[in-house]
Amino acid sequence: MHMESRELFLHGSRVPDTGPDGELMTLNMGPQHPSTHGVLRLELKTDGEEVAHIRPHIGYLHRCFEKYCEKLTPPQIVPYTDRMDYLGSMNNNLGWAVACERMMGLEVPEKVEYMRVIVAELNRIASHLVAIGTFGLDMGALTPYFYCFRDREMILDIFEEICGARLLYNYIWVGGLSHDFLEDTDDKILRFCDHFEKRIDNELNPLLTFNKIFVNRSANVGVMTPEQAWSWGVSGPSLRGSGVDFDLRRDDPYSIYDRFQWKVCVGEGLMGAVGDCWDRHWVKVLEMKESVKIIRQAVASRPKEGDVKEKVPARVKLPAGEIYCRTETPRGELGYYIVSNGGNQPERVKVRPPAFCNLSVIDEISRGALIGDVVAILGSLDIVLGEIDR
Amino acid sequence: MDFAALVQHLRAALPEAVLEEHPEAFSPWILVRREALAELAPLLRDDPALDFNQLMCLSGAHAPGPEGERLWSVLHLYSTRHGHKLGLKVVLDVADPACPSVAGVWATADWHEREAYDMVGITYTGHPDLRRILCPDDWQGHPLRKDYVAPATYNGMPLD
Amino acid sequence: MNLPIERHEDGNIILTSAEWLVNEALARSIWPMTFGLACCAIEMMAAGAGRYDIARFGSEVFRPTPRQSDCMIVAGTVTMKMASRVKLLYEQMAEPKFVISMGSCSNCGGPYWQHGYHVLKGVDRIVPVDVYIPGCPPRPEALLEGMELLRDIIRGKKPRQAAAARNA
Repeated sequence: MHMESRELFLHGSRVPDTGPDGELMTLNMGPQHPSTHGVLRLELKTDGEEVAHIRPHIGYLHRCFEKYCEKLTPPQIVPYTDRMDYLGSMNNNLGWAVACERMMGLEVPEKVEYMRVIVAELNRIASHLVAIGTFGLDMGALTPYFYCFRDREMILDIFEEICGARLLYNYIWVGGLSHDFLEDTDDKILRFCDHFEKRIDNELNPLLTFNKIFVNRSANVGVMTPEQAWSWGVSGPSLRGSGVDFDLRRDDPYSIYDRFQWKVCVGEGLMGAVGDCWDRHWVKVLEMKESVKIIRQAVASRPKEGDVKEKVPARVKLPAGEIYCRTETPRGELGYYIVSNGGNQPERVKVRPPAFCNLSVIDEISRGALIGDVVAILGSLDIVLGEIDR
Repeated sequence: MDFAALVQHLRAALPEAVLEEHPEAFSPWILVRREALAELAPLLRDDPALDFNQLMCLSGAHAPGPEGERLWSVLHLYSTRHGHKLGLKVVLDVADPACPSVAGVWATADWHEREAYDMVGITYTGHPDLRRILCPDDWQGHPLRKDYVAPATYNGMPLD
Repeated sequence: MNLPIERHEDGNIILTSAEWLVNEALARSIWPMTFGLACCAIEMMAAGAGRYDIARFGSEVFRPTPRQSDCMIVAGTVTMKMASRVKLLYEQMAEPKFVISMGSCSNCGGPYWQHGYHVLKGVDRIVPVDVYIPGCPPRPEALLEGMELLRDIIRGKKPRQAAAARNA
């Protein structure tokens, strides 16, 4: 079997090869590297141990999602949205369902709206737990990873009960949901909330967040200013870590998020500069608590009567026109730009993945950092290659 | 500002720029003359009344229509201060797929324009580093063109 | 269990074949490579975490470098851009080496087989695969079962099909 690896050595780089002190060294990180969270390749130009430029190379997981959208009907696309951001599948489903429903002018039952919020927020917690666990792993802290995955398994158990899958759910359909909750699901969710709130304050924070080594590695590293964040389109916890008070759940409302009492958490620079890696981590920790708040309110006030598939259309047909619809996933602003000509399949679907934009800022915020800090910066940005490459 | 006021403001500032307006769309958008985009983009960002500080999305699309094949470059803008949104569309001919880059105005456009170049083949003039982003550098063709046919092999590996 | 061990009369000396001993040692300590491609990698991580605890079977040592690992778990979609790297990583591993194809994508292209212009339709087109684990994604238990199958192959209880592919 003959195979050329020509692409491996192709360069067309506009990144300068020289710095103020002479020639720069090129260091390749990835695509197989334990701290790139998947198949990402970073081409580092370093001046000794100091990073001068980073050129990210993506596309190693390009799975042709947008091509599939042109070949499938909207309900068939739902499972593919699962596989984009595989840590926040429910949120991806929700974004797609909201976009399609807005085009069709479809009102979903109250009960469904509440259940959607519950599962989306649970999935947000699960996603943040993976982000925090692996961020700790990148910093050399192994134990929090096990603790985070233990709590995450409780959420996955709930999901498994209601839809039969652990990771990729295909749960939120256009117009409804695939299954109703079981009789004791509400109790299980509340039990999880009780358990989890204590774990954040008693385990996660003392073990990781306020750990001296962890703080030293992450505070004042990779500082991102609000101007940089807006310019590069950074969103989600990474944007809020820079002290920007902006959350689509509140500022561009969808579903029924306006009915709950919760607050948008921002980074305040408790351990160093505002917008450093520690702040991005801290925002995720705070956000998990807020999600628990939302879940409690939604479980308490949700209507229990009714069929979750009552409004699911027998045939989903998007009317002619185009829409850009965005929702807040664990990583930030997930946008779907849908063009339809009234046929069975959309004419064009473009996804604006949050991690795609969050990653693009890495060159700017890593300049002058050490090579070891790049790992911290990458971990704090919480990227998922599935949605970057689609 | 609502959409009508936005369009009025833009027409007053740059009378030649806006060709069509579509307030009836799900996400209202305006059709922009290609040559005017380079002038329009800084205005959209820097005019305090407009203040579009976020480029939400930049999409490339290939739309074969009755009047011939067209490429679209679509921008969706948002102003966090005013809370208004605007869609901008530039329509290009397949034979002449050059479009002014806005990467100097919103850095978000950098990667999105590379993706639009990769997927549908719009060449952005003035882009700092226009290379393929998702497909390998030596990939042939633009996959999201409607007439795209996937190659049988790549680097000696079968693709079917 | 009928072990090929011969115990000497006074009990302090046992006799066995070197082949059995080496295979048994390898089977009880398969070190996989840290090599996550996509969704399946999350389930692979879950298998390494507390509940499924792959350490019970001696495989908790995920090595980041191919030179120190025995087994490559291809966990996720292999794309055309990544395929040459997967092959390169496989070639860098020292013998004896094994490949587990985890999930539909690496088995046959999975959900991306039809219009996936950039997806390799099965990792067995570039490297020989010993064990295929179906599922999208497979549960962590399925991965443990796959490792168990690999153990049987190492112990010689099951034929190694990949060897034929490698020599072809």
